[in-house]
Amino acid sequence: MADVVATAEIPEIVPTSLLNDQQRVALLRWMLHARIFDEVTIRLYRQGKMFGSVFAQIGHEAISVGSAAVLQPEDAIFPMHRDLGAHFVRGVPLRTIALNHLARQGSMMRGTDGTGHYADPQRKLYGNISHLGAMIPVAVGYALAAQLKGEPIVVLNYIGEGGAQTGEFHEGLNFAAVRKAPFVLIIENNQYAYSTPTTEEYACKKLSDRAIGYGIPGETIDGTDVERVYEATFYAVERARNGEGPSLIEAICMRMRGHAEHDNASYVPRELLEYWKKRDPLLRYQRFLIDNGILSEAEIQQMRREIEAETVRVLDDVLQLPFPPAEEAFKNVFL
Amino acid sequence: MPTMTLLQAISDALRYEMRRDERVFLLGEDIAEFGGAFKVTKGFVEEFGKQRVINTPISEAAIIGGAIGAALNGLIPVAEMQFMDFITNGFNQLVNVAATTAYRWGLPVPIVVRGPVGGGMSAGPFHSRSAEAWFAHTPGLKVVFPAFPADAKGLLIAAIRDPNPVLFFEHKGLYRKIREDVPEGEHVVPLGTARIVRPGADLSIIAYGRMVHIALEVAARLEDEGASVEVVDIRTLVPFDEATVFDSVKRTNRVVITHEATLTAGFGAEIAARIADKAFEYLDAPIRRVAAFDAPVPMAPPLEQAMLPSAEKLLDTCRQVLEY
Repeated sequence: MADVVATAEIPEIVPTSLLNDQQRVALLRWMLHARIFDEVTIRLYRQGKMFGSVFAQIGHEAISVGSAAVLQPEDAIFPMHRDLGAHFVRGVPLRTIALNHLARQGSMMRGTDGTGHYADPQRKLYGNISHLGAMIPVAVGYALAAQLKGEPIVVLNYIGEGGAQTGEFHEGLNFAAVRKAPFVLIIENNQYAYSTPTTEEYACKKLSDRAIGYGIPGETIDGTDVERVYEATFYAVERARNGEGPSLIEAICMRMRGHAEHDNASYVPRELLEYWKKRDPLLRYQRFLIDNGILSEAEIQQMRREIEAETVRVLDDVLQLPFPPAEEAFKNVFL
Repeated sequence: MPTMTLLQAISDALRYEMRRDERVFLLGEDIAEFGGAFKVTKGFVEEFGKQRVINTPISEAAIIGGAIGAALNGLIPVAEMQFMDFITNGFNQLVNVAATTAYRWGLPVPIVVRGPVGGGMSAGPFHSRSAEAWFAHTPGLKVVFPAFPADAKGLLIAAIRDPNPVLFFEHKGLYRKIREDVPEGEHVVPLGTARIVRPGADLSIIAYGRMVHIALEVAARLEDEGASVEVVDIRTLVPFDEATVFDSVKRTNRVVITHEATLTAGFGAEIAARIADKAFEYLDAPIRRVAAFDAPVPMAPPLEQAMLPSAEKLLDTCRQVLEY
């Protein structure tokens, strides 16, 4: 566990001067959307009503939301499977997300794939494939093209500490550094790659130390403090947009569920979960907003109820829809 | 019409497309000032600059993945593998990302990954492979393998303009050996069209790449023996021009399929199966294949010559089929 959060005390949210209160409320709303989508799909999974896997991102919400919120609409984002928050930030409708997750008729992927693997080119959002690490060179290539075309956009890409051990992580990040590509990579270090703890994944102290080897800036931050994530991403994005090249951010968090819902994560020590439960990114931010008079407890509860009702309604509705017809299997192998 | 080698025709196609469309750019190892290991891009950096002729680190996954990402962002990358053997290091990007993007996302990935393949130069197991069958087996990838300079130019231009990922295999043994007139400027050979390079009546040899030239040599020798042999150059494995191949087999009633790649699960097996499935009634003899022995490509000349298919082996098999 990295030094930044290895304290018994639950650190206070450090407010950033980059955000106003209206933006803070938006951050909370997106985090709530991500959390509630997981809660509802977990429930459906347990009832045997879900289709496909549920890769909950509970514990990660501050990372995808706090970073994606920095981007401009023309910037591109390459999320991984625990970045549902980023989909909400980019404005993907809940129904679209549900259609893709459940591979129903009307999904952008026509039932060819599920979960968050879809792409929404209008929103410059390109999902991951299951081989984590594979999208790092692709995201770098997208940034490289922007550079060649002279477009001042930034590409934000995410990987877990598990995917950070792939060869494609190295090849992609090194290539980005050599080309000074407008690229920001966030490692979401959630302590486990499926059942493998970080001690069996890598030997360096901090994954951000690898940045030195690529000749780029790197820092390790508290991934459960959404304002800290926003601030770190903001400066990395600004740097990339100014032509100064890529940055690496390691955001420390905890995967609070199993790898997916079939996995009860019995290999995770109970004390570790207890430790991180106190650092729940959503609860920490709610407490901050209440303590600073930005939202009342009642207002947050109201927001939660509304989002939950909407999520349940949309998922129930989409689950009633048929799968796409069989003939879709034969289309679009080639364009 | 200027006379060009296969290598010059490939350079000509790249230069023509880069002049025509500023979205086209190149990336690969040592391709800029050095002009590439085989000099396909010699002089390109002087004409198009470092932005469009990008030297990369030795990172095939970054080269191919980077090409895919650039394509998603509106450019048309042509990636060079210094040797197609090295494409294995970028395999994941091709079979899992490039090949599935149209199917899953409905988005075009107009990339070309091109480079030299093939044996016969004592280059050993890691610089001699024929890698095309791996990719012909992956839906979503087009696979092109020219045998002649004019075809190489026309097919490469078609590949660059294709919205799908295309793998373009160049036999290095043909680079400077084969020379012919090549049309100047615009010249497109549609992907998925085979060509009868020598008409005949008694036997069809179905081939691609270097084996087309060996087939022509064999056909000439068999002519002296009184047999009329047709040679079909399939030119692209995916898409595969069934019609031209079936038509040839239906006329000659005898077929030998040949490629330099190893035999088992090679593309010849696919061609043989399709002929057996759809043209069985027309056959007067078993479908035979002449391919490399199932082994890595060895280095020492006697071993390599023994392992690779040869004119003698093809001639022998053709005689057996003609006599059947």
